[in-house]
Amino acid sequence: MSAVIEEHHHDDHHHGPAKGLMRWVFTTNHKDIGTLYLWFSFIMFLLGGSFALVIRAELFQPGLQIVEPEFFNQLTTMHGLVMVFGAVMPAFVGLANWLVPMMIGAPDMALPRMNNYSFWILPFAFTMLASTFFMEGGAPNFGWTFYAPLSTDQGPPSTTLFIFAVHLMGISSIMGSINVVVTILNLRAPGMTLMQMPLFVWTWLITAYLLIAVMPVLAGVVTMMLMDIHFGTAFFNAGGGGDPVLFQHVFWFFGHPEVYIMILPAFGVVSAIIPTFARKRLFGYPSMVYATSSIAFLSFIVWAHHMFTVGIPLAGELYFMYATMLIAVPTGVKVFNWVATMWGGSMTFETPMLFAIAFVVLFTIGGLSGLMLAIVPADFQYHDTYFVVAHFHYVLVPGSVFSIMAAVYYWLPKWTGNMYNETLGKTHFWLSFIGINVLFFPQHFVGLAGMPRRIPDYALQFADYNMVSTVGAFLFGFSQLLFMFIVIQTIRGGKKATDRVWEGAHGLEWTIPSPAPYHTFSTPPKDLTEAHG
Amino acid sequence: MQIETQTSKRTTLKLLCVVCGMFGFGFALVPLYDALCDLTGLNGKTKGQYVVDEQVDEQSETDVSSRRVKMQFLASNNADMPWVFRPVSRSLSVNPGKLNATEFFVHNPAGRTIIAQAVPSVTPFRAARYLHKTECFCFDQQKLVGGESMDMPLRFIIDKDLPEDIKTITLSYTLFDITEQISGELAVTN
Ligand SMILES: [Cu+2]
Repeated sequence: MSAVIEEHHHDDHHHGPAKGLMRWVFTTNHKDIGTLYLWFSFIMFLLGGSFALVIRAELFQPGLQIVEPEFFNQLTTMHGLVMVFGAVMPAFVGLANWLVPMMIGAPDMALPRMNNYSFWILPFAFTMLASTFFMEGGAPNFGWTFYAPLSTDQGPPSTTLFIFAVHLMGISSIMGSINVVVTILNLRAPGMTLMQMPLFVWTWLITAYLLIAVMPVLAGVVTMMLMDIHFGTAFFNAGGGGDPVLFQHVFWFFGHPEVYIMILPAFGVVSAIIPTFARKRLFGYPSMVYATSSIAFLSFIVWAHHMFTVGIPLAGELYFMYATMLIAVPTGVKVFNWVATMWGGSMTFETPMLFAIAFVVLFTIGGLSGLMLAIVPADFQYHDTYFVVAHFHYVLVPGSVFSIMAAVYYWLPKWTGNMYNETLGKTHFWLSFIGINVLFFPQHFVGLAGMPRRIPDYALQFADYNMVSTVGAFLFGFSQLLFMFIVIQTIRGGKKATDRVWEGAHGLEWTIPSPAPYHTFSTPPKDLTEAHG
Repeated sequence: MQIETQTSKRTTLKLLCVVCGMFGFGFALVPLYDALCDLTGLNGKTKGQYVVDEQVDEQSETDVSSRRVKMQFLASNNADMPWVFRPVSRSLSVNPGKLNATEFFVHNPAGRTIIAQAVPSVTPFRAARYLHKTECFCFDQQKLVGGESMDMPLRFIIDKDLPEDIKTITLSYTLFDITEQISGELAVTN
């Protein structure tokens, strides 16, 4: 299946990168593009994070202190959009670019030119999206879920730019995921079977298929919005014969797989890190692969659990409730396997391991609150409260974001050739860990007590927990500057990393020198015993 | 460094086909959803005009049951719709199988002509397909010049096969101001 690669063009720069700024604009090197994605994602993380801090500052006390309600709505919308499409998704694409070719023994991604385009679309998309803040009528203000007809009838003029930005992001991630699939299917080192691939490669293969399946549906739904706004159609306008509930069905048909797009690669990262620091092989590798596939399959048939309160017949509510709960089974298999991998291992707790263990514990908390939300009668109480906010932030921040940080600490020595400062790394971990729990744990309580989400002001009885939450937000937010400092410090110098970097690390990426040379595996590796840990 | 082999190109093309297919699928969800709603009454929408079958009607005259169902009427305006809109009677006690008639009152207090479209919804959803409307103002657009009033007719039959456990049916109408859309369409066609 894996074709033997011939290098056609041996031009002047095949020994190293071009010089100057233009290197980054024209690069088709998977490592350069991975780096670009990761830095872009980090900038978006800071941007989306600063929106969140303004939101939390406003919610520090009841009453309106800092921002107008209209602007508050714009902030919640843009925070969600920037974090989902600008921070988390590009970070995983960046990791895929850096790691997938090195893990399967390929010289580069299969479609290098397209790889360059798919990255460089993103800065344009997000500049366009962010510029809407300065437009008349302000930025989109209808929540990141942009329910129509709220967004089509009542939205600001900038909604059209928002739609184009979503189109661009969609094109970018579709191109990125086609690249990942083609690379994994065609460029594996000769002799490497699918079941020999590291789990990170597996989870990304499945994620890429999810992206290819649902990003076009997202593009379709925003196109329908565009037509409703400008061309007089009435897909979602009841007055013209359309149906607002249809919007929610189409949106969540994209939206639920989207949450797995943001978590499956995280499963892959954690499945690489835990065996390394437990010094054992990953427990139950085949069951991990099957569990990931079944999660991906189930993600297509549970979307209406986001819409229990719009009015669905009882049979429908029961079906979507049980189908949703079913996802807990493969997810439970994964958590069991991670714990079983640690069981009896000789564990050490370097920074990547700390983030990975925190991932397992806190992601499980987020998963369990998801199970609570899946219970239809309970969901009528929890719907659109801070309990939902607490739930999805637990799976996305100490879930996806922690796994990205774990990945950065784990592979940074391979990327840069230098070890990061372990003391600072651990400090960053503990500040983040404490910050995130102080930030989101109280939100479960205010949510259960009935505090609605997406509001700038709230009843007095929620004041204490909101104050605590805001303190946690600023602690978590500012600790990320420490993260940036650690990464830059490591790029500039530090203790030299060995090729293996970690004593217990396995995988083809650890067989090449540190820092990874500009071109790796120009001739495919012969020895595949290292392939997965 | 270019690494585009034949196999990679073929895989890329296949995946692009999936992308196009899924884009189409997104749009196909619209008619699929409508079909599903027609079948199940999922969104509480009522069907179009019901043509009374003479025979059935006569039959129903002969075995009018003593069963009574409470029929409630609601009228509300969508955002920015200035009309006064209310049912002439708030509820009726009706015999399944028999033809009933009622009216909805509208008045346009604005100083301009407004075209309106009423959109019906039935609760419980299950009842939607047992409600047959032989005449309804919601089948057409309504046009009132400023200051004008009108009683809009509604004639309907509740199907005799209505499940026994349904004792009350609520028929609610929301009135939408579609003046702009209509004039926009006219501008396009002219
Ligand atoms: Cu979901």
